[in-house]
Amino acid sequence: MHGPEFLKYTKNHEWVDLDGTKARIGITDHAQEALGDIVFVELPEMDSELQAEDVLGVVESVKSASDIYVPLSGTVIAVNQEVSDEPELINQDAYEAWLVELEISDPDEVSGLMDLDAYEAWCAEEN
Amino acid sequence: MELIFEKSRPGLHAFSLPPSDVPEYNGDQLIPRHLRRSRPAGLPQVSETEAVRHYTALSSRNHGVDSGFYPLGSCTMKYNPKINEDIAAMPGFSAVHPLLPAAAVQGCLAVMYELDQALCRITGMAQFTLQPAAGAHGELTGLMIIRAWHQQQNETTRDEILIPDSAHGTNPASAALAGFKVVEIPSDADGCVDLQALRRSLGPKTAGIMLTNPNTLGLFDRQICAIADAVHQAGGLLYYDGANANAILGQVRPGDMGFDIVHLNLHKTFSTPHGGGGPGAGPVGVTEALAPFLPGPLAVRQSDGTYDWETVHHPLSIGRMKAFHGHFAVLVRALAYIWTLGDEGLREVSETAVLNANYVQASLRETYDLPFNRLCMHECVLSARQLREQTGISALDVAKRLLDDGFHPPTIYFPLIVKEALMIEPTETENKAGLDAFILAMRQIAAEAAHSPETVRQAPQKTPVSRLDETAAARHPILRWKPPAEADQ
Repeated sequence: MHGPEFLKYTKNHEWVDLDGTKARIGITDHAQEALGDIVFVELPEMDSELQAEDVLGVVESVKSASDIYVPLSGTVIAVNQEVSDEPELINQDAYEAWLVELEISDPDEVSGLMDLDAYEAWCAEEN
Repeated sequence: MELIFEKSRPGLHAFSLPPSDVPEYNGDQLIPRHLRRSRPAGLPQVSETEAVRHYTALSSRNHGVDSGFYPLGSCTMKYNPKINEDIAAMPGFSAVHPLLPAAAVQGCLAVMYELDQALCRITGMAQFTLQPAAGAHGELTGLMIIRAWHQQQNETTRDEILIPDSAHGTNPASAALAGFKVVEIPSDADGCVDLQALRRSLGPKTAGIMLTNPNTLGLFDRQICAIADAVHQAGGLLYYDGANANAILGQVRPGDMGFDIVHLNLHKTFSTPHGGGGPGAGPVGVTEALAPFLPGPLAVRQSDGTYDWETVHHPLSIGRMKAFHGHFAVLVRALAYIWTLGDEGLREVSETAVLNANYVQASLRETYDLPFNRLCMHECVLSARQLREQTGISALDVAKRLLDDGFHPPTIYFPLIVKEALMIEPTETENKAGLDAFILAMRQIAAEAAHSPETVRQAPQKTPVSRLDETAAARHPILRWKPPAEADQ
């Protein structure tokens, strides 16, 4: 079991929680497990306009630093400051510790996201 | 152990000066108020004996290549021959000033000219700048030359640098610093550049590609000539990251593989001290077409056999990359090394480095995973993935346990494309007995992981400090000492 069923997932191991045209984005439990103890998170500024596949931010662990990609185009309408202050929240519960909330600009892009079954299959393939 | 600040006692000092026999001036009257300190600098006050003991104690807690095996992958921690130090300490090299006229420093200019010549012969390049202070500084220099070249060709829209996913982290960092966009190229099943993916990424925006060959998996990319042709046909330049040049000394030259720009880490391949003993040096060599773009001034030999600074100022030069002439004393050591070994000796360096790495790989491939099953070059990349699945012991635990056996650990969790990576570079200066002791320790740790994993998890136990909480150190770093009164606030 890699995550909750109501979320959408990406091949880059991000999750998306859709609510109309609003989308909260975080990294999956699988991603936090692979990264190890996360020590630093860099997030975009409020009101940033992002295109799908742009770099959303950076997560840095004791092992490595990895870019996070935004799976949907849109404008940043909220940034989770708590996660910036306490990156360990991601390790504690990756599905609670959202990173940003977007107002998405192209709802058609949602169809490119994976459901839980497809994401689990992707994780298995990658392994 | 106590910090030197904690040893400090008011009034202790390490000097004893006779009374001044010249008029005294009050500093307050000479220096404007806004440039003066409002309170003392807070330097520790200790006696000379204490200062010497403090730093001697610190040095004895360090692990260097002079104290033990140091197989830190990609860092080429080879033995640094002591003759290099003798030569660099000669007063003609150590007691000169960079502003002396060329006529007074002919020997220094000769060293720089001869080193340029030697590095050109080794790499197949036309000319080197010796200014860059380290590898990443060389990368930045090379990328600025790439940019300047395209601008001179009126190709101003070329702003993409292609970098394989196995690359050193400095490559994308340097490209970003130089203002380029980074395009990542995936590796193929052999661990080398995926040629099809590369071809798809090439185009009118391609400025160049940065490659390390052999790459960070210790594997030589056999398709290098096809890669070079494809990049050149697309109008891009090829940059050779010389981090792994120890594998190819005297065997093959980057210039012959099709590279346009090369940096070498003198502190890795050419045995100058690094890892706390630096500074480094990252000379950059280029083809004849790119030579006008090099930073100057360059040391040249004139027709009468004397040396001088190049007097013609190239309008195309990217300009200085370092004050004066780079880390000159490092350059002296590198030339001493090259001339001590000669052509044959340099060839033996790479042969022995590759032999040693393959001996380690062959000896440990049954104990740890070998993600890419090929002969390696100067380093091998193993993985603790199965060990972790079976025992819970990770690459980090293995590295920590090695400290108890007196070994510096290999590089871990790099390259990023290998899970639980253990990247081992023994170098040519370790003999078989030394390698066997390391191999035995690695096997014993794997056995220990199965029958007493707690011992491994709690390692190290024999070091001056036990396992440090790296996560807490990164999340809540304490960056400087504060007096107790201030620290409490």
